Amino acid sequence: MATYASGLLGGMLIGLSAVILVVSNGRVAGVSGIAGRLLQGVQTATGTAFVLGLILGPVLYRLFLGEWPAVVLVASWPIVVAGGLLVGYGSRMGSGCTSGHGVVGLARLSRRSMAAVGTFMATAVATVYLMGFFQ
Amino acid sequence: MNRNAACRIAAALVSGAIFGLGLSISGMLNPARVRGFLDITRDWDPTLAFVLAGAVIVSAAGMALVRRMPRPLLDDRFHLPETQVIDRRLIVGSAIFGVGWGLVGLCPGPALASLSLGLPATVLFVAAMLAGMVAHDRLQGARLWQRV
Repeated sequence: MATYASGLLGGMLIGLSAVILVVSNGRVAGVSGIAGRLLQGVQTATGTAFVLGLILGPVLYRLFLGEWPAVVLVASWPIVVAGGLLVGYGSRMGSGCTSGHGVVGLARLSRRSMAAVGTFMATAVATVYLMGFFQ
Repeated sequence: MNRNAACRIAAALVSGAIFGLGLSISGMLNPARVRGFLDITRDWDPTLAFVLAGAVIVSAAGMALVRRMPRPLLDDRFHLPETQVIDRRLIVGSAIFGVGWGLVGLCPGPALASLSLGLPATVLFVAAMLAGMVAHDRLQGARLWQRV
């Protein structure tokens, strides 16, 4: 139960982060969009600040709770590289990822975001299911 | 730099930090937990559904507020996507994204946030992700060029 409660609390903070960005700057808190625009040299000041903040998040967690959040990544290096390439390419092609489509898009009741979330949830579940046969 | 531009940078920093803190508290910085949610036929971990629900509820309240605002606090207009067309690019791109997300359990937010832990595997993932973004924009640029 405690993990569900911390999940809900953490999720609400992620929602608050999106609210701050849209209410103050009028922008969608979509990480792939922000990172992609940074790579294109667009909106570099706010983009850099957002990404620095994102990296600072786990440091704040450590300050408050005295330990780093757990990160367990067991995939082999070729899988990590393949996954990274697909996540980068696909999120740009699909105009968003779990934050832009998932958090902001669903909250705006965007039909595009609902279609995107349904699609990436389905292919991610299928990928994990199929990988289970090779482990 | 005018005062609004400096405030926009500060707001982006605060927004990013709360995002990263929320990812850490929710457990979603951890690819093993994310893959646990995607693994619906084996040992399913429903936590990500709670994270998404909390995020969407708060975000929706913010969007209701935005609809009553003539402009954002620090800019002269909102920059929100207006297209409603569900096209092939959206579906194919999202499908590709989902395969990569399932393979490793990392999406762009947690991948960038976990850079602070300095783990070689997440640094490698971020490098590949950025390369994938650049590859998309280059190839897409080329395709648009050919179409002209």
